Amino acid sequence: MSRKVSEEEYQRTFSYKFSRWLEGDEIFPCDDTVDSKQEGIRKENVRRDEKLLRRRKEREKKNLVKRVYDLEHNTEIRIFRKIYRIFSVLFCVFLVAMLLTAVSALPDFGNAENPVNNEVAARYIEKGLQETGAVNIVTGMILDYRAFDTLGESHVLFIATCTVLILLRNDKRNEERSDRIHEPKNDVILQTVARILVPPVFIFGIYVILAGHLGPGGGFSGGAVIGAGLILYLNAFGFKKTEKFFTAKTYRRISFCALACYSIAKSYSFYTGANHIESVIPLGKPGAILSSGLILLLNICVGTVVAGTMYTFYVMFRKGDY
Amino acid sequence: MTVFTCILLGFLVVCAVAASLSKKLLNTILIFMSYSLVMSIIWILLESPDLAITEAAVGAGVTTVLFLVTLKKIDAIMKKDEGEKKDE
Repeated sequence: MSRKVSEEEYQRTFSYKFSRWLEGDEIFPCDDTVDSKQEGIRKENVRRDEKLLRRRKEREKKNLVKRVYDLEHNTEIRIFRKIYRIFSVLFCVFLVAMLLTAVSALPDFGNAENPVNNEVAARYIEKGLQETGAVNIVTGMILDYRAFDTLGESHVLFIATCTVLILLRNDKRNEERSDRIHEPKNDVILQTVARILVPPVFIFGIYVILAGHLGPGGGFSGGAVIGAGLILYLNAFGFKKTEKFFTAKTYRRISFCALACYSIAKSYSFYTGANHIESVIPLGKPGAILSSGLILLLNICVGTVVAGTMYTFYVMFRKGDY
Repeated sequence: MTVFTCILLGFLVVCAVAASLSKKLLNTILIFMSYSLVMSIIWILLESPDLAITEAAVGAGVTTVLFLVTLKKIDAIMKKDEGEKKDE
């Protein structure tokens, strides 16, 4: 970005002083010149004020300690503490009783006549395989009938990561306390275990994602498994190795691509579904890997977003930079 | 099978109470992790393996690690380690 006004000119302007004042660098002066005498007097005043303030604070602290902890002569606090205890116990009992009554009023677990067993569930179970092509009914529901909810969930995850990135990024004041200094730790036990465990963890995560429409699993759980594997890898081998293939930039690009891909794929199926147009994408033979239309693609999208999010959370909560 | 389920459920209750009563934050996190692990076994017994995988990965794995890292960031644990690191 190029600044049109030069630095010196900018320093003379009102906005520069105002911004300085906002940042607390100096007291906002209306005149251009401040007498050096006044400056000195002001500094002295400030020093005296600070001394006075400190003394007053110490005195107040002593008084406060006396007042609060001198329980023998302070009946008010004694009574308050007793009442507080009694009320906390009463509140807990009330809460437990209320929740237990609510639970006892619930219909029996697994009863066939529960209100959960209505026509919606019957429809999912009867026509789910035929309409979505997914053998795993849960995935069929999550990523086909209720794909809009899952889209919202992925975006919630993405927004949460963005917030964490904004809040915890660039902790530069604590540079010397950063975790990078102690890396690589070369912990033999950890590295050996990681070398053995990380590949199976990754493979299991990928399997869970890819077979989400065939068996238990799906994008979220597989992504979480892969994210946990990435965290283990990072802990064992340090930032330098993970930075080669995963940085904040990669995460942003990957999650943007995955979310955009998800949105486009789902918009397509919403559009065709709402207008009763036959979808071009074939459902395939149930039970095959390449079946059930868009669900495989959506699973992969959700999985990548979740894996990146888990890893990014961990990295952001460590001491030091991304 | 019901005995096994009852033992697991009792363990859950014990874990929940212990997690809220334990004085050290590190112990609380570890108890919470075991809670999640038992919970994932219970999910399998309730015939929902999807949730079991997610609970094991997120509850027992990632959440625990995040809690531990946060505790380390606010210097609530690893007090003994600092002396060792200075020696290095």
